[in-house]
Amino acid sequence: MIKRPFISLAKPRIKYESPDVTLPEPKKIPTSEKVTLLLKEAYELFGKKNAVLLKKDDSVKTGQKLSLYDGSDAYVISSVTGTISSISPFLGEFGCSYTAIAIDVAEDEEMDEQFKALSVEPTMDIAKNYLSFIPGNPPASLFSNGSTSPSIDTIVICGVDSDLLITANQHALISDEKAIRKGVGILKQITGIENIIMAAPEHLMQNAGVSGAQVSVVDTEYPATLPRMIMQNVLGKTVPAGKTCEDMGVCFVSAEAVASIGTAFDQGHIPLFKKFNLIKKDGNSVMISARIGTPVHEIFSACDVTVNEKDRIILGGPMTGSSIYSEHHPIQPDTDAVMIQDGKNLALVSDYPCINCGECIRICPAKIPVNMLVRFLEAGQYEQAAEEYDLYSCVECGLCNFVCVSRMPILHYIKLAKYELGRISTAEATNA
Amino acid sequence: MLNQKKFIVSHAPFWHDGSTVTARSYNMIIAALPAVLFGFISYGMPAVGVVSLSISSAIAWELLFNKISKRKISIGDGNAAFIGILFGMLLPATSPWWLVITGTFVAVVIGKQIFGGIGGNPFNPVLIGLAILMVSWKDFFDFNEVLVNYDLGFAMVYPLSALKHLGTSGIDAFNTADLLMGQQSGGIGATFGLGLIIGGIYLIIRGFIRWEISVSFLAGVVITALLFNIVNSAQYAGPVFHLLTGYTLIGAFFLAPEDSSSPVNLIPMLIYGAGAGIMTVLIRNIGAYIDGVVFAILLMNLVNPLLDRIRPKALGKVV
Repeated sequence: MIKRPFISLAKPRIKYESPDVTLPEPKKIPTSEKVTLLLKEAYELFGKKNAVLLKKDDSVKTGQKLSLYDGSDAYVISSVTGTISSISPFLGEFGCSYTAIAIDVAEDEEMDEQFKALSVEPTMDIAKNYLSFIPGNPPASLFSNGSTSPSIDTIVICGVDSDLLITANQHALISDEKAIRKGVGILKQITGIENIIMAAPEHLMQNAGVSGAQVSVVDTEYPATLPRMIMQNVLGKTVPAGKTCEDMGVCFVSAEAVASIGTAFDQGHIPLFKKFNLIKKDGNSVMISARIGTPVHEIFSACDVTVNEKDRIILGGPMTGSSIYSEHHPIQPDTDAVMIQDGKNLALVSDYPCINCGECIRICPAKIPVNMLVRFLEAGQYEQAAEEYDLYSCVECGLCNFVCVSRMPILHYIKLAKYELGRISTAEATNA
Repeated sequence: MLNQKKFIVSHAPFWHDGSTVTARSYNMIIAALPAVLFGFISYGMPAVGVVSLSISSAIAWELLFNKISKRKISIGDGNAAFIGILFGMLLPATSPWWLVITGTFVAVVIGKQIFGGIGGNPFNPVLIGLAILMVSWKDFFDFNEVLVNYDLGFAMVYPLSALKHLGTSGIDAFNTADLLMGQQSGGIGATFGLGLIIGGIYLIIRGFIRWEISVSFLAGVVITALLFNIVNSAQYAGPVFHLLTGYTLIGAFFLAPEDSSSPVNLIPMLIYGAGAGIMTVLIRNIGAYIDGVVFAILLMNLVNPLLDRIRPKALGKVV
């Protein structure tokens, strides 16, 4: 954990991690006996008209596309061969509903050949139907084909990682040069978008240069690699508060996802291994490669990490990740890191009020009056917070929370406010 | 599933830079120590008594109010102790016990707690306490009168009252080095200029106060005093004299940058600091009071919420 320096006249500068120059091969985690895949669709047994396609004891092959309902767009790609042992609803952060599909792994692996036949000729539909559950987790808007508004005219490939301590994307950029070049070519072909920009840190310029995309340098100081910051500093476009980058016609996709797309069409099978950093209790990081769906406890036991009660397990980095409550939680396509913190020295929040020290104002990259904002958020005055105190300008980097003397859960308040306002506007729209 | 390990689940971020309110308060108390210890050496046991009573009564009032209002006990954060030591520093060494206790009551309860405790006070609690005492019992703040029985080996005339009544001819006896080294009468912890400057620089480099406020406060004092001095050097003292006398230094480093009652954006901080500095000299030179720091800062506290509306445009803000 980065501590406040003794002399802290200026705001702290927090640097992103650079990948290990020796580029060690990622440690491969053996296939576990059971994997769980999280499908982004609510599991409703009743009230759904469409037929349920999956049931317990169905056998699945490696690389098989699994959809829950007939006619539904959401799917997962099975990363193993085996039989489905359970299908259950799963509730994620901020009310996100998933369906957890647990698969008991069979001894012999059998590949599904459905994609291979199609991969000879890449098209948008194939990508949309088979490649949204690949390592790196390409956003849905990448494969939207211009059919939905807003239309995308620029693709930014992140050759950097969005959070501290993570090197997964940079690792992909160095080690999968060929796949990324292929992926960029395919993206150009299927989307028809010529404007593909690779955002990479200065020390990876050479690797980024061979990708065939335009190259832009990204600063290595947190939070320069968050999408909104890249929009402003690299593309020179400021995203208006309340709008998304997609609204501006820019789609962000990770280097790893591009590499996965390249690999998929090159080799005719969908990549199933997710690369990520395991950040241990002492802060050391190991590059891991594991099948999507592997429960995190398998990774801890493979790397000799002891997990105790009251530790904190985090998917993602220290600033923007999300903590999980079970060590059976699976690795997902967008899991760039698994972090574990010792329960003895956790940074916890307090219920202390804001003392108006101004540290958050100094550090906020979006220049939000955090001291005022948090007072309104604490009181539940979300509308006023959004109107007068720039709630929607927040890039959710978590720095205000990191430096808060009172240890207020500022980022939590901000996300909760955005979520609640979102719920209100959805309710208004449906009732109108 | 029942015998699963239980983990701590919380929201991002999972790191913190380790700063705490307690560390902040205690560092401010440490920064105040050089000036306070000098006061102890100069004025002896009465000064020790006043400061000790001030700290302990401030903590006691806060504890009592916590109990009455049934809120979490907040004396552990050190803020009450800081208010206490600061309040003691501003008082003359001969202050009676009831004055100290009344003052800390006003400072802690009326100045801070009734607004909801730390972070909620619109005015600097120490200055609220002091201002109410100064208006109510002004004889106890006439330093010439209350320190009349002290002989510390230098002119025991309060420099600012000499200036007020006699003009610059009254302050010939004071030279800059002596003022800096605390050879002047005044509050227990407010006379030792060097100690206050050391404490202030410590707070600034540790990042515990906002240096913009201190610097602009001092700049406001210097520039205004200089202008007055240029216009009429027989009546108005020069900037250095104003810097080193009265509550100027303690105001610049300890009173004006109080967290809750001062702005946090750059331009408002500069206006706030400079405004308080200018008002200080205006009150001293053409106002009714001998020292203007207390009322100047309170006045700027009053405009602070308005000032802090001047802020940079947030990322992506339309309008």
